[in-house]
Amino acid sequence: MGLLSDPNRRRALIGMLTRMPVDWLVRTMQARGLEVYTQRFSRKLPFPDEDKERYMVKGTNVYGILRAPRAPRTEALVLSAPCSPGNENNQAVGILLGLAQYFRSQIYWAKDIIFLVNEHDLIGMQAWLEGYHHTNTTGMDWSPLQGRGGSIQAALSLELSSDVVTSLDLVLEGLNGQLPNLDLANLFYAFCQKIGVLCTTQGKLPRNDWDTTSGYSHAVQTMMLMVLKQASSRPWGDHGLFLRYHIEAASIKGVNSFRPYKTDATTVGRLLEGMYRKLNNLLERLHQSYFFYLMPSLTRFVSIGYYMPAFGLLALILLLRALDLWVQLSSPPTRTTEDGVEVVPASPGVLSILTPLVISHLTGVALYTLPVLSQELAVEHFPVSETEAVVLTAIAIYTAGLALPHNTHRLLAGEGTEQGWKVLKLVAVLYLAVLLGCTALINFSLGFILALTLVPLAAFITPHVPKTLSAVVMVILSPGLTLLFAVFFFQELQETPVTLQEGWMLYLSVISQGILDHALYGSLLYPLAALLVYPCWLLFWNILFWK
Amino acid sequence: MAARRCLGLWFFLITLCVVSTGADVLHTTPVTGTESSAAGTETVVARELPEAPSDPGEHTAAEPTREGEQNDRTRGGEQTLGQPTREEEQEQEKTREGEQTPAQPTREEEEEEEEQEQTRGEEEFTREEEEEELTREEEELTTEEEELTREEEEQTREEEELTTEEEELTTEEEELTREEEEQTREEEEEQQTTAQQEEQTKRWEATELEEEHVHDAAVPPLAGDPPAADPPSPPPSKDDFQEELVIRPLHSGDIYASFQFRTVWDADFMGDQKVSHYRLFPKSLGQVITKFSVRELHISFTQGYWRTMQWGQPYLPSPPGAELWVWFQDTVTDVDGTWKELTNVLSGIFCASLNFIDSTNTVQPSASFKPLGIGNVTDHSFLRYATLPREIVCTENLTPWKKLLPCGSKAGLSVLLKSEKLFHSTFHSQAVHVRPVCQDPQCRTTSMELRQTLNVVFDLHTSGQGKREWSLFKMFSRTLTEACPLASSSKVYVDVTDNPQGEQFELSPATPLLTQAVVLGDRRTYSVYDLTQQASFGSSRSLNMLLRWKNSHNNVVPPVMLRPLLHSERYVAGYGLQAGEIHTLIYNHHPYRAFPVLLLSAVPWYLRLYIHTLTVSSKGKDNRPSYIHYQPSKDRERPHLLEMLLQLPPNSVTEVTVEFERALLKWTEYTPDPNHGFYVGSSVISALVPSVVAMDTNSTLDRPLFSSFFPCKEEASYFMRVYTEPLLVNLPTPDFSMPYNVICLTCTVVAVGYGSLYNLLTRTFQVDEPSPGLAKRIANVIRRFRGVPLL
Repeated sequence: MGLLSDPNRRRALIGMLTRMPVDWLVRTMQARGLEVYTQRFSRKLPFPDEDKERYMVKGTNVYGILRAPRAPRTEALVLSAPCSPGNENNQAVGILLGLAQYFRSQIYWAKDIIFLVNEHDLIGMQAWLEGYHHTNTTGMDWSPLQGRGGSIQAALSLELSSDVVTSLDLVLEGLNGQLPNLDLANLFYAFCQKIGVLCTTQGKLPRNDWDTTSGYSHAVQTMMLMVLKQASSRPWGDHGLFLRYHIEAASIKGVNSFRPYKTDATTVGRLLEGMYRKLNNLLERLHQSYFFYLMPSLTRFVSIGYYMPAFGLLALILLLRALDLWVQLSSPPTRTTEDGVEVVPASPGVLSILTPLVISHLTGVALYTLPVLSQELAVEHFPVSETEAVVLTAIAIYTAGLALPHNTHRLLAGEGTEQGWKVLKLVAVLYLAVLLGCTALINFSLGFILALTLVPLAAFITPHVPKTLSAVVMVILSPGLTLLFAVFFFQELQETPVTLQEGWMLYLSVISQGILDHALYGSLLYPLAALLVYPCWLLFWNILFWK
Repeated sequence: MAARRCLGLWFFLITLCVVSTGADVLHTTPVTGTESSAAGTETVVARELPEAPSDPGEHTAAEPTREGEQNDRTRGGEQTLGQPTREEEQEQEKTREGEQTPAQPTREEEEEEEEQEQTRGEEEFTREEEEEELTREEEELTTEEEELTREEEEQTREEEELTTEEEELTTEEEELTREEEEQTREEEEEQQTTAQQEEQTKRWEATELEEEHVHDAAVPPLAGDPPAADPPSPPPSKDDFQEELVIRPLHSGDIYASFQFRTVWDADFMGDQKVSHYRLFPKSLGQVITKFSVRELHISFTQGYWRTMQWGQPYLPSPPGAELWVWFQDTVTDVDGTWKELTNVLSGIFCASLNFIDSTNTVQPSASFKPLGIGNVTDHSFLRYATLPREIVCTENLTPWKKLLPCGSKAGLSVLLKSEKLFHSTFHSQAVHVRPVCQDPQCRTTSMELRQTLNVVFDLHTSGQGKREWSLFKMFSRTLTEACPLASSSKVYVDVTDNPQGEQFELSPATPLLTQAVVLGDRRTYSVYDLTQQASFGSSRSLNMLLRWKNSHNNVVPPVMLRPLLHSERYVAGYGLQAGEIHTLIYNHHPYRAFPVLLLSAVPWYLRLYIHTLTVSSKGKDNRPSYIHYQPSKDRERPHLLEMLLQLPPNSVTEVTVEFERALLKWTEYTPDPNHGFYVGSSVISALVPSVVAMDTNSTLDRPLFSSFFPCKEEASYFMRVYTEPLLVNLPTPDFSMPYNVICLTCTVVAVGYGSLYNLLTRTFQVDEPSPGLAKRIANVIRRFRGVPLL
């Protein structure tokens, strides 16, 4: 943190980052007989990204199109490799160029093949895809593309950091939890088997001992990793941005571990050639298989038919609770006064319901807008960098929301009635049910995790439960802390456990990445959490402190 | 797809039947003018020489070649006398020819023999392939037995050649007034010849001018049919066949071969009298033209997309898939009905899915497609235009196309057209153009011109194995051994413009003949091989041109993007399955001249264009089209048609965008592969482009100063047509497997569940009695007779 607060240093970093050898790539691709084009793009991030050390991003994408013989430029396939400085990903471009040369001399291509080398990984990819489809969803500056290959049918993104690999890892999770067609994963697996390369998903080797406890827990761990990754709503590879355009895409990562048996680049090339020939032969887009699945291993999947009922049962709790409240409200318990006269309690005013609703949503709006807007102010007054300012402002607003009930009630005209909290809870429960239902349809994992944490509390919270204990439970189950636990859980599953301190730093960076993902690629997690989930949770918090 | 092919085949068979019955009738026609003599040949030549045009430069250049040819011919004649023609047994149609034209086949047989020695294996292979064609070939050749008298031809041929060449240039430019154009053409041609003559004295010793092949062209038929043979009947209409191949090495290292076969027939298809005697003109096509009163017919089948940025402009542009446009004569009353029938018949002739052309993909362009032949037709209600962007072109389309040629694929340039090589290319396009042309300079009568073209581009990396070295054999796996005996002119041109001193590549065998032509606004130089002259084949008796690039150390040159003056790009923008936007980019790369273009786009009805969102902008500013013709679509009836006249500012990109909504089709309207997407045909950009020659301001050409002050009017602009990419658009598609699953599930439930339950409920159960024994049965029979109840 604080790395980019010095402007000189920042400038130096920026200079260092724009180093892709564009001219060399253009010449090399041209020498291989491709039609080569470049695209320039620039993007100013809302605040400096300290993980990737970038703020003002300027770059160039280079792409070469292999025109299929006797094809009318209507369909294309994409093979992309990010070109980044350092040893992070230094072999992929080589393989890409080698494949381009080999593919060029073949006659059997029916679809154009676009070899894309993108700079600044996802930002470059976003610029290229927006340029290709001539849309602008995130306000990026890019120069228009000169050459196209028609509608893109499928794409693979390659990440290799060494010339020999022990296994290949398939990454499927894309933006907003979108997944490519399962047939793409099947294709990858089939070719890995054929060529004899170890293949993994989530970095876990498939095991065959399903019956044993260890095998089962291994599969569960793999699936939980996928659930967490999907719930994060961010693209986990360069392929992730293709999915918005209905292009089936996946990333293939080369893993070089300490296993003795290594596979060389030729084998990886053969694998890719095989996959591209298969994709080339497709008459239609991949459509026949599953788009909604969870994978406990590369060979098995859990289909939507199995996991959706689980979520449905959770959501059913909310509906039953709402029904219960509805029934209670429609037949109010008559209270007998001392005079023996039965008094029907007055139904609560609209204001008593609307006030908490409006105030909690205004808090949500503040949480969504203020962190980025007030970064200048925060940097001036506090000794923090912009990034820290954004993250800490967000946490501060989030925490300040906890003080709301007391302030809400000051605005309320009278005292909150028994009927009042019931109506508010009915609204809140239905709100949550609709919210979770919609979320789960788009991004099952996110919906499921939110349901797991929010549904119990929505079911049991009343003003009559013990306040302190319930308040602690509620805070623990709040969306913000869920994220913190998820970070630790994820590290645990990845077998890279972190200390509390590291975990906290990771938590801060995850928040900043979430906000950046929203601004750069249009990830919906941050607005969903800030504008809808958090206000909903605040409603229950209000109910707990109902007077 | 299979069904479509079957249908096509069916039509084709029907057409074949029609053709063969027609040919039977032809067998009975009297044969005229078959006598000929070698003496006749000499007299003709002797008479012809003084009549040669009054251009002394040409004359001297042409004379030696003619003498050479004469020698060849006499030598050939001697050889035939001494040698029994054993080839005649093998090639039936050759014999037939031999009867007609004794002078010509001798030469031919000589080549034939030599070719057989060389490529006997090949020959056998091709014969197997062509045996099925043989019957058809024979029929065609019988029509040739009626020989034509050629006296008139000798006199008028030269003029005719000139006019038709003018025609080619002028007819393309319909937008300008014709009179003006023709004047300029004449001027320009004069200027050109003078310019060429100047250069001739400097560099090209044995240069032959373009006009000169008139003489060469006139010789072979002269040899064949002597004018001495006087016609016993009124002279039947003349026809003439020419073939040529242009080879152009492309900047990218690829090579472009363009075949053109031209048959001109002085028959009047539009007249009252029926045309029944076919000689060179294919009967199948002639009958179609007569029956459907077609004025002009243009049909092209293309596999691949022409890469303007790498290859420059094609000689004849065509869109991917099939394109058909027809001008009907104004006597046709029911144009739509005739069009429908015509497409079905053509579908049979060319074995293509043209029968899929219906009202949903047919448009009537108002300005973009003017007649290319003579005739000033403006009423575009007689025009129909349709494209099938999805049509796949393959061997089954090539074979019927080849059958339209007088020599089939037996002789001449068409021996190169072997499908295994043609379809191993990057671009393949074949077309048939039929149009009326002027017969004489005064244009009193018209002839019908059939132009068959085939363009093919071979790729440096896949066909050439990365080596920049091309030869006829490498391209086509055949070499040339003879001209088509029926052709009056048979030439191979190699574009050597970039190679004036031979510094780029080496062309072997070298040819002394060079010619210049202004093609697509650029002055190009070509080496010419005249196949009608024996000298072209050299001592090896076969012509296998070899283009070898000099810089052998760097065989693969990186392809440099060209900047063609006009090119375009089209794509679908946006994402999601609801809306979208069609972007058409038109580039004008001319440094200082603006020029107008006509943009035509026909969009199927299932993309609902929002025409109010139509924007045209160049250089960031709004560019108002000066003419817009828009015909909205009707669902399931007709497509959108949008035609615009745009002015392209110099050095600019003009962007035309229009938004659309994707319609949800009825479930039976989806194709069998709905997830493949739906095609939108290419847009057509027709333009008058300022030519490169006129653009050359820094006068690097060694032209005299006095000629280069005013911007020259000559070749100021030329007509060009550019086709954009077709689009592939995904429509919202239901999951067709879902109804299937539901049906399966429902049927199972009904069959197993309901069926067995119903069965159980309605069945009456009876105790099954064991079958009675023999004694009991007999007893029962007796009891039945007695009328007693059975046991």
